[in-house]
Amino acid sequence: MSEPLLALSGVCFTYPGTARPVLDALDFTFGPDERVGLFGPNGSGKTTLLHVMMGLLRPDAGAVRFKGSPAVTEKDFRAVRRGIGLLLQNADDQIIYPTVLDDVAFGPLNCGLSPRQARDKAEATLSLLGLSGFGPRLTHRLSGGEKKLVSLAGVLAMDPEALFLDEPTNGLDPDTRERIVAILENLGKPLIVISHDWDFLVQVTGVYYSIEQGKLLHDPDFVLHRHVHGHPLGDRHHHHHD
Amino acid sequence: MIDEPLSQGASLVHRRDPRFRLIACLLLSLAAALAVGPAAPLLVLGAGLVLTLLARLPPGLVLRRFVAVNAFVAFLWLALPLTTPGTPVTASFHGLAATREGVVLATLITLKANAVFFCVLSLLATIPAPALGGAMRAVGVPDKFAFLFLFTYRYLHVISDEYGRLATAARLRGFVPATSTHAYRTYAALVAMVLVRAYDRSRRVYQAMVLRGFAGRFVSLDGFAADRGDVAFLIVALAVAVAGGALEIVSWRGHV
Repeated sequence: MSEPLLALSGVCFTYPGTARPVLDALDFTFGPDERVGLFGPNGSGKTTLLHVMMGLLRPDAGAVRFKGSPAVTEKDFRAVRRGIGLLLQNADDQIIYPTVLDDVAFGPLNCGLSPRQARDKAEATLSLLGLSGFGPRLTHRLSGGEKKLVSLAGVLAMDPEALFLDEPTNGLDPDTRERIVAILENLGKPLIVISHDWDFLVQVTGVYYSIEQGKLLHDPDFVLHRHVHGHPLGDRHHHHHD
Repeated sequence: MIDEPLSQGASLVHRRDPRFRLIACLLLSLAAALAVGPAAPLLVLGAGLVLTLLARLPPGLVLRRFVAVNAFVAFLWLALPLTTPGTPVTASFHGLAATREGVVLATLITLKANAVFFCVLSLLATIPAPALGGAMRAVGVPDKFAFLFLFTYRYLHVISDEYGRLATAARLRGFVPATSTHAYRTYAALVAMVLVRAYDRSRRVYQAMVLRGFAGRFVSLDGFAADRGDVAFLIVALAVAVAGGALEIVSWRGHV
């Protein structure tokens, strides 16, 4: 097996002022060709796990390794953030500039591209996502779906090797959702996707984990199946009787 | 939703480089604001009026804003003539009389306010906020101020939406604005929630910036390009400002 992109060993994390650890001696290895779906109830620690891997939160114990080297300091995690793009749940948190072009160019400029290169990169990324001509638009005037796509463009403009997506389909209409599925399929990059949207998970990922009692659970017996119609059990684990 | 109706346009003024408009506005406003005599403010007021005409702004909007500014000025006219010590020019009413000095001072303030108003209206209000933020950085305003301005513009909408949602939620649960302790407490809670959420959001926004490689230094796409028209425009603005200053100095000499 090729060297993992990220590896966590014995990671513990407790939010200050709370007693219950959200992550409790958690181990996880994320390979360069994996497409991981992460599910579990609200508050089970899925977002916390992604934030620990990106260095937004520092574990109380345990180690994070990025491509084999330990990631401890802010400087180490800068390398992680260039290698891996994290799309936040709320696009309004992610889009910081008033205009689309400025926003998408933000990451490339931080990576040291010249203004001209960053502008080209931003425009190329926008057109890759079918957003050609969005450059001068005002970000607060975009619809919810457009905001999501623009925030994804901001992440992809940095050419990450892997993508982490935190509930990417929340509140999206079916069209935008299908566009995101198509984009992820085209990219072919390794993924970790947090979602309660099973149909989406089964379309873009192939391995499934949940977090329970601070531990990552991988159930190889548990196989997701695609639903072609509405289903009262659609968002819960269930077996179909043949 | 905050609209910027004046920033949309293709007039002679709108086509000028935002950086040059910003500097011209600063020069003209300073020339008007620092004057002690009426000559420089009058000159700048003339320039501002000409620019406002050239910018082809919708007259209704200009009038509304003009009235808003001069409503403040009207209050000055109520107080200043009566409270400034000097030679009375009206009959005394219960010991109060308008003084010549007071009227002169109120006139000067009115001229200055309107001179600056028309310059800002024609030169600054015609720049879309994102471009104004970029122009501020380009002319050397510290990054912190320029980004405070840009972020405020970006998140004002988000925060006002948030307040709108909370207010709707309150109304849906039967809240009716009234003059009562309960209503005041509810409003206090709404405002507090908006502040708390804004603080939370600021932390998430910062995280998002860090995720995209932000390391404390802003780099921007330089999207400005000045041409000869811009340079000529700035020279004219500078000339008017200098002329205002010269008039000011001449009027001092006259007094001495």
